[in-house]
Amino acid sequence: MPRDTWVLFRHNVRAMLRQKAGIVFGAIQPLLFLVLFGPIFATFGTWETLVPGLIIQLGLMSTGMAGFGVVFDKRTGVLERMRVTPARRLSLLLGRVLGNVVTLVVQTVLLLAVAFAFGLRVPPAGLLAGLALVVVLGAGLAALSYAVALTMNEHLFAPVMSTAVVPLVLLSGSFLPMSMAPGWLDALSHASPFRYALEAVRDLFHGRYATATVAVGVAVTALFTAAGLLIGTRVFNREHA
Amino acid sequence: MIRTAGLGKTFDGGVAAVKGVDITVEPGEIVGFLGPNGAGKTTTMRMLTTLLRPTSGTATVAGHDLTGEPREVRGRIGYVAQGSGLAPATPLKDDLELQGRLYGLSRREVAARAEEVLARLELTGLDARPAAALSGGQRRRFDIAFALLHDPALLFLDEPTTGLDPQSRAGLWDHIRALRAEHGMTIFLTTHYLDEAGALCDRLVVIDHGVIVAEGTPAELKTGGRTLDDVFLDLTGRAPREEAGR
Repeated sequence: MPRDTWVLFRHNVRAMLRQKAGIVFGAIQPLLFLVLFGPIFATFGTWETLVPGLIIQLGLMSTGMAGFGVVFDKRTGVLERMRVTPARRLSLLLGRVLGNVVTLVVQTVLLLAVAFAFGLRVPPAGLLAGLALVVVLGAGLAALSYAVALTMNEHLFAPVMSTAVVPLVLLSGSFLPMSMAPGWLDALSHASPFRYALEAVRDLFHGRYATATVAVGVAVTALFTAAGLLIGTRVFNREHA
Repeated sequence: MIRTAGLGKTFDGGVAAVKGVDITVEPGEIVGFLGPNGAGKTTTMRMLTTLLRPTSGTATVAGHDLTGEPREVRGRIGYVAQGSGLAPATPLKDDLELQGRLYGLSRREVAARAEEVLARLELTGLDARPAAALSGGQRRRFDIAFALLHDPALLFLDEPTTGLDPQSRAGLWDHIRALRAEHGMTIFLTTHYLDEAGALCDRLVVIDHGVIVAEGTPAELKTGGRTLDDVFLDLTGRAPREEAGR
């Protein structure tokens, strides 16, 4: 199984490298928020608070939309051709998911580079730990995206996912901490796993490692990703029988 | 090479697409699987290629139990689906390498096999292009090239010539004949071109409403001076069928 996963991962990374502009365009919205909203936010908040939110937004928009790839492969018959090979279904999923995670990492590094130019200052350990959490979250999100794409009518995937991303971004507290929200909105946001991941990344970016927020964020992210991979694998299996 | 007993598929919602078919295909045979739209051809083929799980019956494909050893079955068969399975914008070379590697071949083995298969199908040099840059006939031959990369013992072809012009169809049938003549490959195919099926296949199996309604050599089926078209229409009726979509 690791071999097949590696083979598919490598193929997907090569495909990604052929479309370098796509990587940049995928990160455009968070970059625009960073450049056009960040300086305003910085008048009353810190870059270390804003940038983790933009990374979560990036994750939702990048890996959350990963299912597009499988919709396309399903339509063109590429997915079926792969399904007739002896490769395990989990490998077919993981190879894609890991490719999406690499894309997310490249986009996140790009975002961080611009953010550093604006004034973001993060301890190296916090930066690496935050990135690791985002990688795990992105893997779960991509797997779920594939599951949704294979379950849903292909014409509905784009509108449904792009509509879902907006409330998920807002409820995670990407732009403003949810502690500033009224009680009902704050309570509602606790249903979103992205809030916990985001608050953990904010703590890590501020150099606070051994906090309850980080522990909860790591636990919720791990559970979310495990659930995403489980659901994704089941859907890949079910689709192919 | 293929042996099914009471193989059936009932989809969620109770639609019985295939109602217990018995099919036997011997090694080295070319067998045509015929039927009107919605008769159960593609569902049967998708079961035999492990893409759909049967809801009844048993089957052995290429020496392995269909439901108990699906990965072993996949390793010994090649499958060309009804539509093309080529990514339009990726250089075919990259996809060929992926396909071969997913069948367990090393990069060197994939390169050697790809060179051999592409030469056999008169596609040498075209693999640097994406599928979108090729003609319909070339794309179809690439579909077959993908299915042959791992040197399967049994090749499934689901309507391989649909949509091709007569020249491309004739060329493709020649390639299919050569696969059997030169490599002893067993081939199980569906087609709507009955005259071509009659000329190419050793045996024909006709399915309608999910059950086998006739089976035999083209000569055996063409009794009373009838053409295969006549035989087919007598067996399955003259009313147009709606495509079931499965």
